[in-house]
Amino acid sequence: MKVALFATCLTDTFFPSTARAVVRLLERLGCSVEFPLDQTCCGQMHFNTGYRENAKPLARKYADVFSGYDYVVAPSGSCAGMVREIHPTLGASPPRTFELAEFLVDVLGVTDVGAWFPHRVTYHPTCHSLRMLGVGDKPLALLRAVKALDLVELPDSTQCCGFGGTFAVKNAETSTAMLADKMRCVLDTGAEVLSAGDNSCLMHIGGGLSRLRAGVRSVHLAEILASTEEDPWRATP
Amino acid sequence: MARNPVTWLGSPTFPKAAKAALNDTQLRQNLRKATGTIRERRAAAVTEMTDWEQLRVAGEQIKDDVLARLDTLLVELEESVTARGGVVHWARDAEEANRIVLDLCRQENASEVVKVKSMATAEIGLNEALEAGGVQAIETDLAELIVQLGDDRPSHILVPAIHRNRSEIREIFQRRMGVELSDEPADLAEAARVYLREKFLTTKVAISGANFAVADTGSIVVLESEGNGRMCLTLPETLITVMGIEKLVPTWQDLEVFLQLLPRSSTAERMNPYTSVWTGVTPGDGPQSFHLVLIDNGRTATLHDSVGRQALRCIRCSACLNVCPVYERTGGQSYGSVYPGPIGAILTPQLVGDMHDPQAASLPYASSLCGACFEVCPVRIDIPSVLTHLRAEAVEAKGRTAESVAMAAAAWVFAEASRYEKAQKAGSLARFFAKDGRITSLPWPGSKWTSSRDVPAPPAESFRSWWRKNRCQK
Repeated sequence: MKVALFATCLTDTFFPSTARAVVRLLERLGCSVEFPLDQTCCGQMHFNTGYRENAKPLARKYADVFSGYDYVVAPSGSCAGMVREIHPTLGASPPRTFELAEFLVDVLGVTDVGAWFPHRVTYHPTCHSLRMLGVGDKPLALLRAVKALDLVELPDSTQCCGFGGTFAVKNAETSTAMLADKMRCVLDTGAEVLSAGDNSCLMHIGGGLSRLRAGVRSVHLAEILASTEEDPWRATP
Repeated sequence: MARNPVTWLGSPTFPKAAKAALNDTQLRQNLRKATGTIRERRAAAVTEMTDWEQLRVAGEQIKDDVLARLDTLLVELEESVTARGGVVHWARDAEEANRIVLDLCRQENASEVVKVKSMATAEIGLNEALEAGGVQAIETDLAELIVQLGDDRPSHILVPAIHRNRSEIREIFQRRMGVELSDEPADLAEAARVYLREKFLTTKVAISGANFAVADTGSIVVLESEGNGRMCLTLPETLITVMGIEKLVPTWQDLEVFLQLLPRSSTAERMNPYTSVWTGVTPGDGPQSFHLVLIDNGRTATLHDSVGRQALRCIRCSACLNVCPVYERTGGQSYGSVYPGPIGAILTPQLVGDMHDPQAASLPYASSLCGACFEVCPVRIDIPSVLTHLRAEAVEAKGRTAESVAMAAAAWVFAEASRYEKAQKAGSLARFFAKDGRITSLPWPGSKWTSSRDVPAPPAESFRSWWRKNRCQK
């Protein structure tokens, strides 16, 4: 199966280990992965901030870059949501685009991806995965099948972490108040790893936990699923 | 044109108002407790319905049909109400509506009126207008009374005093009623009952809003849970109802859908406690004079907007407020309007109708776009989509700003992978400012982020650069 990876600009730039993990994981599951180098950004920041006109050419560019692929996979619920739900309203016809957990469970039909991750993990389901894409508990099903992983439930998990793109700076104080409650829930679990399917939310919660020197690391779902006993996940500095 | 009183004069923009509210620890505690409780109860009341999603779709479709045929349905309503002995008045804006109501009170020589809780009259600032005209309006809904006696402003559509706890309410009642009270809910409710009972029995004019008006029968429907509404709607001689023009349903049968959707969404009740319905005037029973004041106040303009008009489907249940993570932390008064929360963020700016107004233009940004509001809305208003739609209008109204220049520059960079890659490489140099893999302080506007969050140090190698090195040799 030929799959194109849409790394997303944030992951490409700040979290390359996540994109490498997606490649490793999908190849392990028998996919042939391509990364079209002309890809940039889906335009979500522009659209969500009110710069609809700026987002239009980016939506068209996405459709051009990924045309011809049966499946596009993105390690981000919000970017996949932007492409699937918003791009058609901007006059673009994107190819079928999936968030990673959806692709694994719905398209490849797997929940046990042969992963090994000997850590105590809690999972934040991220708003756009949950409500825009309807990913539901697919990520949890994937995590439950990971060997040696101790999954602990996150209290009030469906509450937004307060990121919201430019909301985090335009309404920084409100965003921080939401973040504080999310961090309290994460810390209450006693988990050493916070996971999610979206690096934007993880950058937000992780940035707060880092500021507190809270001793909890944020790790994208793809990196956990890519980790095996033979080639385990290692923290990238 | 006079300014629309739907926003309170002198209100700061949302981020400024929110900043102050976030520091009020008592407010935070009161709201966390209240919204958390009602959120859980609503979820339970909705989960037990097997056809909830079909009901939501039905609610959406009936309301959309009403909005599409509003011109003819309103005339039908006027004819039905008139045929049953009521008098219909049309008001273009708040000023006109307030004048009509004040004139009616004067005709009845009323110096006092009792009021059923009503969003429409709050929206037009009726109490203030009546007071200026020498008529005192007495709120009879418990929460509305707490707000009125506390010289306060409402902070929630259903529970306007949600920001107050019982010890604060005790203090307000003692001060204004001159009685000694405990902070037991039963004691507080009894004090309000004694205070209000005399008003119900002596006041000749009542003013209400309307939850629904049935076009083909001319019936008006009010839902409440305290019985105060029933008193106001039956005891006085004259009843004046102020209603937004979108509150219609075409037929009696359509109420079936909304009388299921509204109680479960708003108070988490299976059935509404007091549902009052009246049709014109019934000789010898209830008010012998009935006036219906239909207000536009920005609604026709809202109807023009094909995306924004869905806000007019709203049945004022407050479910979106109770689930909103922003509302829960900032409280309702930060929105500077009688319509707070997610619905306020899309309805208020449209009723104001001027995105050059900085306060109104700040409201669509008062959301992280988490979508919890859309999920619970009983008439399926896609609030996140309307928010981004209104943000685009706000951006257009502002014209060229530092932000718009930065956004255009970013779009230019993203338009070509080569430019993007160069920017990526330049940006990665920021790693030399990082300590222990994190950046803890950035210049403005990045400081808005680093005030409470670290930024990960950019890696030396982006993913694309790794891919190019490791996968592109063929």
